[in-house]
Amino acid sequence: MNAAERGRSGRTADRIFSGFATGSGALVVVVIGLIALFLLIQAVPSLMANQANFFTSSDFSTGNVEELSFGIRDLLIVTVLSSALALVLAVPVAIGIALFLTQYAPQRLAHGLSIIVDLLAAVPSIVFGLWGTLVLAPAIVPFELWLNGTLGWIPFFARGNVSIEGGGTIFTAGVVLAIMILPIITAVTREVYRQTPRAHMEGALALGATHWEVVRMTVLPFGRSGTIAASMLGLGRALGETIAVLIILRTSATPSMFSLFDGGYTFASKIASAAAEFSQPLSTGAYIAAGFVLFVLTFIVNGIARVVASPGEGGKINWRNALRRHR
Amino acid sequence: MSKRIEVEDLDVYYGSFLAVEGVSLDIASRTVTALIGPSGCGKSTFLRTLNRMHEVTPGGRVSGSVLIDSEDIYGSKVDPVLVRRQVGMVFQRPNPFPTMSIRDNVLAGVKLTGGRMSRSESDELVESSLTGANLWNEVKDRLDKPGSGLSGGQQQRLCIARAIAVKPDVILMDEPCSALDPISTLAIEDLIEELKNDYTIVIVTHNMQQASRVSDRTAFFNIAGTGKPGKLIEYDDTTTIFSKPSVQATEDYVSGKFG
Repeated sequence: MNAAERGRSGRTADRIFSGFATGSGALVVVVIGLIALFLLIQAVPSLMANQANFFTSSDFSTGNVEELSFGIRDLLIVTVLSSALALVLAVPVAIGIALFLTQYAPQRLAHGLSIIVDLLAAVPSIVFGLWGTLVLAPAIVPFELWLNGTLGWIPFFARGNVSIEGGGTIFTAGVVLAIMILPIITAVTREVYRQTPRAHMEGALALGATHWEVVRMTVLPFGRSGTIAASMLGLGRALGETIAVLIILRTSATPSMFSLFDGGYTFASKIASAAAEFSQPLSTGAYIAAGFVLFVLTFIVNGIARVVASPGEGGKINWRNALRRHR
Repeated sequence: MSKRIEVEDLDVYYGSFLAVEGVSLDIASRTVTALIGPSGCGKSTFLRTLNRMHEVTPGGRVSGSVLIDSEDIYGSKVDPVLVRRQVGMVFQRPNPFPTMSIRDNVLAGVKLTGGRMSRSESDELVESSLTGANLWNEVKDRLDKPGSGLSGGQQQRLCIARAIAVKPDVILMDEPCSALDPISTLAIEDLIEELKNDYTIVIVTHNMQQASRVSDRTAFFNIAGTGKPGKLIEYDDTTTIFSKPSVQATEDYVSGKFG
């Protein structure tokens, strides 16, 4: 094969590959677009027939197709509260574990512990649900009562629409979700922290920084955007978690009171709980409308994460440097 | 501010591997001492024992003593963190903290010591340190810009400014110019000449012309073969080392016969 021929076939391969890569990229956009379209098409007729306000109603009665009345107020509150609590509990612990594994633990111990943390991710969510409702819920009732007693003047810790003594509150669900998202956040932050350039750490050490100061000056700033990205991955998982939440949360006839001691449904657990009802297109559409909101919610969370992660010094500087190098 | 260094019979290990053996030398205050020798001879390893950075490497340990103004920095009650505040270090590759502005880079070490400073005090320190590192005029208008936006030579001078901002007694430099172009190298060499008035400087270099240009005393390290420990072969005035060294290996090395 002479050089000209090889050049031509090389170029053909190049074209095929770039076409394939572009196609794969486009496919992602198309799939997401189609999902959104599917959800919308299914949801719109039900939304038109809805007799309650979709955003402010706590009602969700879809049994009678002639009198559809559903709203996402409570679903949104329960979803956001449980996921936010999970995030608040899980992120600091995950950062702590990741720092311990990468900066403090002897290598062999770190290796063993990493495996255990990863194993936590392999536990099926139904098991977490059972454990949460049978073991954890009764066990943390005293703590919940104490929180309610001391911080009850803050709406989040006020009495909710289910009894604290019965367990099955958003608080319980949040704790279980925190444990469920801990492995993914830990795994990602661990990898990011591990990549902190040795030169930065030695630079800090040589200035007389203690171990913790080295972490604060180099590891945490270096891993900042990675930590945020990891948290958002975890939040995404918490928002969509279904079966564990469905098992743990008790239901209530009264609307949510913005309290961590409420019960109720999240978007995902509401949809799952009604799976048996999906015979009528119009009532199904109500749940699909709720699913669409969850879909949009995860998009918003991701968007916020991107905004928060990028203007941080780290990302921006690297980007600018890359541009400069390119010129 | 500057202090003398006395090293007595220092052995340096990585785990059970003896990397540098039996180094004894005295370094006078306010001098520049160059450590030269072929790759792997242990000169950088030795340099890192002078501020206890060697032990940061897993398995790194030493025996023997290093006295800075008669105080053994390896004494049982000595905190390595405090040693490093006293003995600054500049690395082979410029390593300003990428998330910090130029100003914050200079102040990074000072903030560690926990001293609260007024805005005017810290402004003054930033200016004097950057001036001391011959960088002030180039960066005074962009102190709040990230340090990583500077050129390699400027970054290295920023690292020197960061080191002198904490007012150390000794400054160690580990091949500070090896990643820099000739003009930046010259700027750093001129700076070393000035810093000598205030600090005791120990510099590792691969560049023998640089050693002869900047240093007062030169220590030649060599290694007998792979797996053998590096040793201090000869330590003398720089002019002597480069004109009439007393050991044949030194002469072979400085005249370019090996290394």
